[in-house]
Amino acid sequence: MTATETATENAETARELTYVGAFNEGIKQLMREDEDIFVAGEDVGIQGGVFGSFSGLADEFGERRAVDTPIAEQAIVGLGIGAAVAGLRPVVDLMFMDFIMVAMDQIANQAAKLKYMFGGKAELPLTITTNGGAGLSAAAQHSQSLEAFLCHVPGLKVVMPSSPHDLKGLLVACVRDNNPTILVKNKAMLGVTGPVPEELYEIPLGVGAKVREGTDVTIVAYSRMVSESMKAAERLADEGINCEIIDPRTVQPLDTDIIVESAKKTNRVVVVHEAVRFGGLGAEIAAQVQEEAFDYLDAPVARVAAPFSPIPFSPGLEGHYVPNAKRIAAGIRETLGRPAPGA
Amino acid sequence: MSILEPSVEVLKDLHHRMLRIRLFEEAAGKLFEGNKMPGFLHLYVGQEAVASGVCVAMREDDQVSSTHRGHGHLVAKGGNLNQMMAELMGKADGYCNGKGGSMHICDLDLNMLGANGIVGGGAPIAVGAGFANKYRGNDTVSVVFFGDGSTNIGAFHEAAAMASALKLPVLFVCENNEYGEYTPRHKVMAITDVVDRAAGYGMPGVIVDGMDAIAVHEAALEGLARARAGEGPSFIEAKTYRYYNHHGVQTLGMKYRTDEEVEEWKKKDCIEGFEKRVTEAGLISADELAAVRAEVQAEVDAAVEFGENSPYPDPSTLLTDVYTEMV
Ligand SMILES: Cc1ncc(C[n+]2csc(CCOP(=O)(O)OP(=O)(O)O)c2C)c(N)n1
Ligand SMILES: [Mg+2]
Repeated sequence: MTATETATENAETARELTYVGAFNEGIKQLMREDEDIFVAGEDVGIQGGVFGSFSGLADEFGERRAVDTPIAEQAIVGLGIGAAVAGLRPVVDLMFMDFIMVAMDQIANQAAKLKYMFGGKAELPLTITTNGGAGLSAAAQHSQSLEAFLCHVPGLKVVMPSSPHDLKGLLVACVRDNNPTILVKNKAMLGVTGPVPEELYEIPLGVGAKVREGTDVTIVAYSRMVSESMKAAERLADEGINCEIIDPRTVQPLDTDIIVESAKKTNRVVVVHEAVRFGGLGAEIAAQVQEEAFDYLDAPVARVAAPFSPIPFSPGLEGHYVPNAKRIAAGIRETLGRPAPGA
Repeated sequence: MSILEPSVEVLKDLHHRMLRIRLFEEAAGKLFEGNKMPGFLHLYVGQEAVASGVCVAMREDDQVSSTHRGHGHLVAKGGNLNQMMAELMGKADGYCNGKGGSMHICDLDLNMLGANGIVGGGAPIAVGAGFANKYRGNDTVSVVFFGDGSTNIGAFHEAAAMASALKLPVLFVCENNEYGEYTPRHKVMAITDVVDRAAGYGMPGVIVDGMDAIAVHEAALEGLARARAGEGPSFIEAKTYRYYNHHGVQTLGMKYRTDEEVEEWKKKDCIEGFEKRVTEAGLISADELAAVRAEVQAEVDAAVEFGENSPYPDPSTLLTDVYTEMV
C-alpha cells in the first residue's frame, strides 16, 4: 500500500498503540518525510509536550524543529501563519483547547481568512494541534469543547479523532493539507489503545466513517463520544435496539452525505457531543438532516450534549455534566419511544 | 535592610502567614497523593515569603488577583482553610461550592478576586479593580501576583500598558521561580531580570529576594504607598523557587531541572531562614515559633477533616450560578 492510501484496521502492520502514541508516531514520520515541517509550542521541545504528544522530537530532530516557545498563544499561532506563508509547514500546539480563545484573532481573523482576502494568492499549510474535552476535573478553563466556535469560521478545517487509528491518519491529512487545520485530541482518551498501522497513511478530511452498522437509529458522534455511543449501542442491543453509529471525524468540512444516507435508512437520528447543546454541532447536523431527509424522519432529530453551564470542577457535578453511555441510551430510547428497562 | 525595622508584631504575622501556607499546601499535597484531590494541583511551597510579605503590607480593603498557583495568595490574604480544603476536594462547603476547585479559588469578602486558570488572565482584572479604586476616589490598591512565564503573554503587557497609561493604583508582583511548567525561563525570555519589562511601561521596578519575607514586605510597602498616593503602578520582581513539580507533588528526578538546583534553593528556605534570624536576634523565642507551628498544624488538620466530611455538591446545583437572577 502506498503512503497515502487509507489504511484499514486489519492492515498487516497494525500494532496496539495509545491515542497519544499514535499521534507521536505520526508526527515523527511526517517530520522524517518533510524537512519543512517543524513543531512549536509550550513545553513541546525538551519536555515533549505536557501530554507526551511530542515526546522524543527534540532528541531526534533537534530544537530547531521542536521549538519551545514562550507562553504566548497569539504569537504561537502567528508564528505558524507567518512561517506557513513563507513556505514552511508548521505544526503549532496550544496546550489546551480553552487557550484557542487567547489566540482567536490569529486563528479566526488571520489564518482563516488570509487566502480569501488575498484573492487566493496565499497558501497556509498550517496545523494547530490542541487537547479538548472534559471528565478530568480540570474545571471551567481547561475542559471545554469549543469546536462550534471554530466550525463557524469559513476557512478553517476542524478535526476531532475518536481512535488512535483515526488520530494518526487524520494528523497526516491535516499536516499535508494546504489550509489551516485544527486537530483536537481528547484529553481523556490519551491512554486509550487501538490498532494503528505502522506506515504513514492518510484519512481524508471531510470523509466520515460508519463505525457501527445498524437499522433502528443513527447516532452521530465524534471524538470521545464515539466510544460512549458504542457502549450505549451495546446496552441497547440487549433491549433489541439496533444502532448505527456515524463518526464524521472532521466536523468542518462535515460529511453530510454519510449522515443523510444513514438517516434515510434508519429514519431516526440522535447527535451526541461533549460541547454544550445550545449552538453546538448538533444544531447544525439536525438542520442539515431535516433539510435533506425531512420526509424520511420518523422523529425529531435529538441531541445528547452538555447542559448550558461552564464545566464544573467537582467530580460530584462533572459526572452529571458530560454525556455518557447512560444518557446516550436514554436519549435513544426517547427518540424511539421505548421505555427504560424495568420501567 | 535591618531585621530590626519591622515590628515584632509584623514579624510574627509574616511567620504565621508563611506557616499557614506551607502546612496547608503540604496537607493538600498528601491528599492529592492519596487521590482525594481531583484535577490539577499547583503547589505554592517554596514561594511563601512572596505572598506573605506582600499581604502583610496590604490593607484588608486592598484587592488581590492571582494565578493558577493561587492557594498561597488566598491563605496570605486570610483565607479560611476549611473552605479552601473543601473546595480543593470538590466539596459542597468549599469556597466555590465545588464549582471552581484549585484554579478558581477566591474570597471576595477578603478582596481576593480569584486564582486563574489562564496564564496572564489575572493581570487585566487587577487593572480593572485598580480603576474602580481610582474612580471611587478611595486609596485602595489592587495587587496582581503573576509568574515569570506569564510576562510573555499579551494580557500581561496590555495590563501593564493600561495601568501605567491611566496611572492606576496597581502593584505588579512577579514571582520569578525560573520556570514556566517544564521550560526554564532563560529558554523563553531574552532578559534575565523580568523587572526590566517595567521600564517599558514607565513603571518603577525593584528586584527582591523572594525567599526573604522581610525584604518582600519592605518593597511592597513602598509600592503600595506609591499607588495610594496616586503615583501609579509599580513592579516588584521576587526571585523565588517552587519546590514541587509544576503540578502535583514530585520534587526530585525531573528532566527539566537538576536535583542539586532544588537542594540549593531549599537551603534558602523562607521559613527556616526566617525562624533562624528571628530567634538569633532574640525577637521571637523558639518555643513561641514551635507553639505557632502546632497551632497552625491543628488548624490545617481540622481543615482536612472538614473537607473530608463535607458532601459533594448536590447535582441540582449544576445549572445554578450561570447568570445572576434578576428580581
Ligand atoms: C493562556 C495559557 N497558556 C498556557 C497555560 C498552561 N500553563 C499553566 S501554568 C503555566 C506556566 C506558568 O508559568 P509562570 O507564569 O512562570 O508561573 P509558575 O507556574 O511558575 O508559578 C502554563 C504554561 C495556561 N494555563 N494558560
Ligand atoms: Mg514561573
